[in-house]
Amino acid sequence: MSELEQLLEDPAVLRELIMDHYKYPHNHSLVEDMQYRRAHMSSDSCIDDITVQAKITDGRIQDIRFDGVACTISTSSTSIMTDLLKGKTVEEAQYLIDQYMNMVDGKEYDAASLEEAVAMKNVYRQANRIRCATIGWKAIRQLIEESGETDHGE
Amino acid sequence: MKDLSTLRSDFPMLKNNPELIYFDNGATTLKPQVVIDAVTDFYTTHTSNVHRGDYAIAALNDRLYDEARSSFAKLLNCEAREVVFTHNASASLNQVIYGLSHGFLHEGDIILTTEAEHASNLLPWFRLVKEAGVEVKYLPMNAQANVDLEAAKELFTPRVKVVAVAMVTNVLGSILPIKELSALAHEVGALTVIDGSQAVPHMKVDVKELGIDFLACSAHKMCGPGGVGILYGRYDLLEAMEPVFMGGDMNARFDAGCGYELKHAPTRFEAGTPNIEGVIGAGAACEYLLQIGLDEIHAYEKELRSYFMEQMKQLSNIQVYNPDNEYGPITFNAEGVFSQDAAGYLSARNIAVRSGNHCAKILHEIIGTDSTIRASLYFYNTKEEVDACVAACADITLENAIGIFF
Repeated sequence: MSELEQLLEDPAVLRELIMDHYKYPHNHSLVEDMQYRRAHMSSDSCIDDITVQAKITDGRIQDIRFDGVACTISTSSTSIMTDLLKGKTVEEAQYLIDQYMNMVDGKEYDAASLEEAVAMKNVYRQANRIRCATIGWKAIRQLIEESGETDHGE
Repeated sequence: MKDLSTLRSDFPMLKNNPELIYFDNGATTLKPQVVIDAVTDFYTTHTSNVHRGDYAIAALNDRLYDEARSSFAKLLNCEAREVVFTHNASASLNQVIYGLSHGFLHEGDIILTTEAEHASNLLPWFRLVKEAGVEVKYLPMNAQANVDLEAAKELFTPRVKVVAVAMVTNVLGSILPIKELSALAHEVGALTVIDGSQAVPHMKVDVKELGIDFLACSAHKMCGPGGVGILYGRYDLLEAMEPVFMGGDMNARFDAGCGYELKHAPTRFEAGTPNIEGVIGAGAACEYLLQIGLDEIHAYEKELRSYFMEQMKQLSNIQVYNPDNEYGPITFNAEGVFSQDAAGYLSARNIAVRSGNHCAKILHEIIGTDSTIRASLYFYNTKEEVDACVAACADITLENAIGIFF
């Protein structure tokens, strides 16, 4: 187990990660650029109101940004998602999204691939918060599908 | 004042969840055994439809169904024929608003409401703005959702046709001056449509004394089963009103030439087989509350709420949004913690509260925040529960709120 993997086993570290991404979310502002697609996610729950924006070209996620008002779990999981998926090919991103969704559903998943996103591994213990942990991830999945870039590399 | 917490033993939910502190009574209330029995007895010993069968059990259900109507008439101080059973308070409000839009309201008419309303007393009106060209205006309110009656008076012009407000607002628990608003409305020829969902379960609501024309409330918020709404309507208004639903039981006769004649109110508004067991259970809930006494309930809750509020005000990490209201829920946020995270932390301490915007999505115009935590009480809550909740609230920090996941 690498040093990083060991760190990501430590609850104190994971808690710190969530706090940090909540207080200082990454990629947290939208841009006015026609090359970006937007997904506004507010119907999933009564409170969260998040917009995710992504530029997906040449089979790759060139950039992901987000904005909005949401709880710690929604904000930090979306922030972590933007870090993890930015620069990945659509295929790589789809694999990671599947792993992440498996994790929050309490199923088997490839922990090493998810890096900081493993901070969300216990969210399934509060079933009503699963939608918080997946709101940003569902948005990027939707944006990938809408981009028509899913056939690249075949 | 009577200590109503002795009634806790009537509630199986409390027995079956000894650790639970249930402070989400604004959303729904727990059910006493008498109500549960009234519902299950229908399934186990006297199942039948109503108003259709010529046998003893059917007659028994007819009687129980009608008795439930009489119970609510007693509760609201109206005639039994002025009580319509619907499926929830939203259905009651939609019936009234649909009815008023057919024959009573016209383009340019003004609906006076407030920014503290629940969606169910706003969205049906918003649709009429689009479809019928009516106009919605808001009564002036202070930051704790209390109507400024003097300033409101100016809004009562002859174009005002309806005043549609909650008697007790669902987020801040402010009590609106219904009697005064009804008088102002009637002076200009307007009708009052009152959302009593957060009032009727907790205090004496006398529709005649208050001059209310229509009132909606919900059985499940007053110890009754789900799926039963109550609509009070002044009888002459009900008789003139078009029902939303057409169908069985509500018609007197119809013919092949598409002619029909409807029954009188309240049956006219109860098309199809009603939620019979629900209505019978609602009747039992109503009798249960009448037996305790609505004034007793109100006094007990008011004191418990004030005991709660005094302690919450002392907590440095807590901001309370309705400290000066005498009644209703305690609505608050913990500093630096999103409401849902804070509610999640309280849940980890076995305290059930609601977080979010509580279906009052334009209230932020008044309180300046989109989302809050609402702790709402009922007569079975205790000072010990309040103490435990206050202690838990003192511990709400971002770190603790995230800590529940590890």
